[in-house]
Amino acid sequence: MNLEFVPLLAILVSLAAVLPIMLSDRKPNLREFWTILAALIKFGLVLTLLPGAIQGNSVELHLVDLAPGLPLALKADPLGVFFAVIASGLWIFTSFYSIGYVRGAGEHKQTRYFASFAVCLSATIGIAFSANLITFILFYEMLTVATYPLVIHNEKEEAINAGRKYLAFTLTAGLLLVSASALVYHYTGTLDFTPGGLFSGVEIPDTEMLIIFILFLAAVGVKAGIMPIHGWLPAAMAAPTPVSALLHAVAVVKSGVFAVLRVVGYVFGTDVMGSYGLNDILIVLAGATIILASLIAFNQDNLKRRLAYSTVGHLSYIVLGVALITPIGITGGIMHIAAHATMKITLFFCAGAIYVNLHRTEISQLDGIARVMPWTMGAFVIGSMGLAGIPPINGFFSKWNLALGALEGDMILPVIILVVSGLLNVGYLFPIIYRAYFKKGEGLEKYGEASPLMVVPIVITAALSILFGLFPNLFFNFYDLAVDISSSLFINQVP
Amino acid sequence: MIESHLPATIALIFVLFSVLIPAFGIWRSELSQPLAVLGSGLAAAFSIIGFIQYLSDGALRYYFGGWEPPVGIEFVYDGLSGFFIMVINTVAFFVFIHSHHTAKQEFPGKEMPYYALGILMLLGFNGMVLTGDLFNLYVFLEIASLSGYALIAIGDRQAPYAAFRYLIIGTAGGTLYLLGVGYLYTVTGTLNIIDMSAMLPMLYESNAVFAALILMIVGIGVKAALFPMHGWLPDSYTYTSSSSAALIAPIGTKVAAYILFRIMLWLFGIELTDAMAPVTLFVGILAAIGILYGSVMAIAQNELKRMLAYSSVSQIGYIIMGLSLANPWGFAGALLHVLNHAVMKAALFMISGQLRLREGHSDISRFDDSYRKKYPWTMAAFTVAAISMIGLPPLAGFFSKWYLVLGTIDNSNWIFLAVILISSLLNAVYFFRILEKVYMMNPAKGQKSVSDGDRNEAPASMMIPTLILSGSLIVIGFANAVIVGILLGIAPF
Repeated sequence: MNLEFVPLLAILVSLAAVLPIMLSDRKPNLREFWTILAALIKFGLVLTLLPGAIQGNSVELHLVDLAPGLPLALKADPLGVFFAVIASGLWIFTSFYSIGYVRGAGEHKQTRYFASFAVCLSATIGIAFSANLITFILFYEMLTVATYPLVIHNEKEEAINAGRKYLAFTLTAGLLLVSASALVYHYTGTLDFTPGGLFSGVEIPDTEMLIIFILFLAAVGVKAGIMPIHGWLPAAMAAPTPVSALLHAVAVVKSGVFAVLRVVGYVFGTDVMGSYGLNDILIVLAGATIILASLIAFNQDNLKRRLAYSTVGHLSYIVLGVALITPIGITGGIMHIAAHATMKITLFFCAGAIYVNLHRTEISQLDGIARVMPWTMGAFVIGSMGLAGIPPINGFFSKWNLALGALEGDMILPVIILVVSGLLNVGYLFPIIYRAYFKKGEGLEKYGEASPLMVVPIVITAALSILFGLFPNLFFNFYDLAVDISSSLFINQVP
Repeated sequence: MIESHLPATIALIFVLFSVLIPAFGIWRSELSQPLAVLGSGLAAAFSIIGFIQYLSDGALRYYFGGWEPPVGIEFVYDGLSGFFIMVINTVAFFVFIHSHHTAKQEFPGKEMPYYALGILMLLGFNGMVLTGDLFNLYVFLEIASLSGYALIAIGDRQAPYAAFRYLIIGTAGGTLYLLGVGYLYTVTGTLNIIDMSAMLPMLYESNAVFAALILMIVGIGVKAALFPMHGWLPDSYTYTSSSSAALIAPIGTKVAAYILFRIMLWLFGIELTDAMAPVTLFVGILAAIGILYGSVMAIAQNELKRMLAYSSVSQIGYIIMGLSLANPWGFAGALLHVLNHAVMKAALFMISGQLRLREGHSDISRFDDSYRKKYPWTMAAFTVAAISMIGLPPLAGFFSKWYLVLGTIDNSNWIFLAVILISSLLNAVYFFRILEKVYMMNPAKGQKSVSDGDRNEAPASMMIPTLILSGSLIVIGFANAVIVGILLGIAPF
């Protein structure tokens, strides 16, 4: 079978769904049918690329030239497929959940909501399959613009301010990415992502290399939530919860860490990172982010904001793994993309279910709710345990690899950071569980569990977190993929 | 053998129609718009054919009456002039189609003078671009300017005052240019650009030549609204009628930019411009300041047309900055931005015209989300043009910035690079401010809420040109590699 056009179709299918979604404005069931259909087709298309990716093959497609010598090109390499499987797979659950959520919460402008969601997914898959920086920029900016209507969805003062903050951060990042790419093009004459980097054989002075790296770091660090440029993420929690769940725990922020991986592994290359000492910068920033974000999370009474800071911390796990520049470390980082995705989406789903069902958003209001929402809170426990790194949840597995990777590189500090962060995670997540299970709640008599449209996705994502923890290679061979990807990045290095 | 007379044909079309429109317009005033559309359409078609011919056959020099220069006058149809007149005439064609309703509403009974003057101004623009003779260029400059002053005077109550101000400043600018031409003539004894460019390298130590360059840049800088000589522009574009603004804003300053290109890169040539590097650098710095100044001032405006006017000051800066970089990427970026900005600004001014037609104002503080319901297509076109102005891919505006960025990096000019980036952010501020209102702000209390039934879109004769122009921003974005390939071929490096 000729797979050449599959990446393109996978990107376009949700974009094509936008029109039917908008035309079915007055028929909500038909409108949601289009979303689900697009999600299923997209996932199916991405899955057809998986067998090739497991064998280490890439599917390439060159479309028009965007600029002389810089084509709009797609390349479904193993890393891209890995990310696309996660994003498109979780979109299916999020779509079902969204239906339950927006109808349960009586949200306005639902058509705009579903249409923007579809565009976001196109952009995310586009990011996954970009073969070069210029294509990447195209989809990165598209994601910025498409997420904006979702951030400001409720159109209240707070949301509009969050939207402005979001745009200020991400548009600035986009411009820095453009200038960084232009510099790379100036020095190397190419922008194609290449395992091992573009700079081999190019002599660049230390300071200029450092400038290019910092530009890239600031550009992709915004979406990856690296401190101190994470500020938009907690503010963006003003968005409806499914948006926070898929975009601010999976698609958008993972695009950021995915970009970190692309930049480190495919633009600079692992040996350049090491020889110029650029990875030290990353390790320090990521380590500081992990600890600080966890500490700030303690202070948040709003459940979604606490989860947001937790996201900031966990994104830096991935960045840290990449920055270790050791095969096992990068494997751990890649695995944590998948692990954090299933765990954090579960937690956000729970937060949304609690909001729609009980209209409660603050942690101090959650006393005793496990009694009325047993499934939701059960899933919450699983997600929390995973984030804290307790086996057998998949969060443990990736963290174990991260720690091994640090030891492989003879580094102790990252291991300490990981241990401390695990304890901090317990510290800010378990009090919620304690409240829900062991404190006596008030005014809960008339409530039951949330709508099945929301609870079923919650349970499935929680179950996936356990399954992937026990069997990392289940269904999609995630672990083998991660190992292959990470070893391909060390291709240039003499052992 | 019409092909070989192509340069003259284009100019003669405008001469013909500038006579036909008053002649028929006196008899039947409603005939003047179709005639103007026909004239500009013919000219646009010929300029596109001409450009395609240039691509296959190379540049064309047309000697009037068979008199060879330097004795006679010639039109030079090369890549640069071909590209510019193609852009000018095509945009003008769409603007004339669009102006039917705004003209009738904003200045009833004066349609005939508007269209006659518009065609006359286009004659001036085309002549300036095509001519190969510096004095001839001045003559066309005055034709364009005088009809331009009159066009601007058609408008609000303040319009004649704004036009008068422009007239004073503009005439001073034209005179400075003429003075510069005089200096050059005294030292070289010729007015023909190609002829003169062969002589100037021998004279580059002459103070007269240096003074002439400065005088010409300042004089034309006024017309191009190069900072700090932009003072006439905001008032003129704000107070004039929507139709005049849509006609002049996208192309007027571009023609002045063309003259700067011609003078700095062709007449003086790249080696000589290098020898006068301080001048080039100075022009670049003025452009950079203009970019930032225009963007900041645009943020402060509450009137859509005025905001767009300041934005024009900023955007012309991009073009002139690209010119001052004097390298292939900067050149390609600047010329691509000529095309992009002409299309974007035309679309945006046409949209402001549509809003004025329906709402009677274009006051940003009164925008709210009823606009989205009343004018869904207009607002969609606005969104596309705005995002292109901000410079997000894959729209056209991104790519001109991309090439300009490459140009600044090639020159290691980090300050200019920073200026481009900062200005893009400022653009985002003033455009998202409007998008936010149009898509989200609930109408003020006391106004009845608008339902989808109250759709009140502008007429098709306005909507279609606007949509074509905004749609073409996407096409240009994807086709820019081809365009830039051609533009790099034009570059004199």
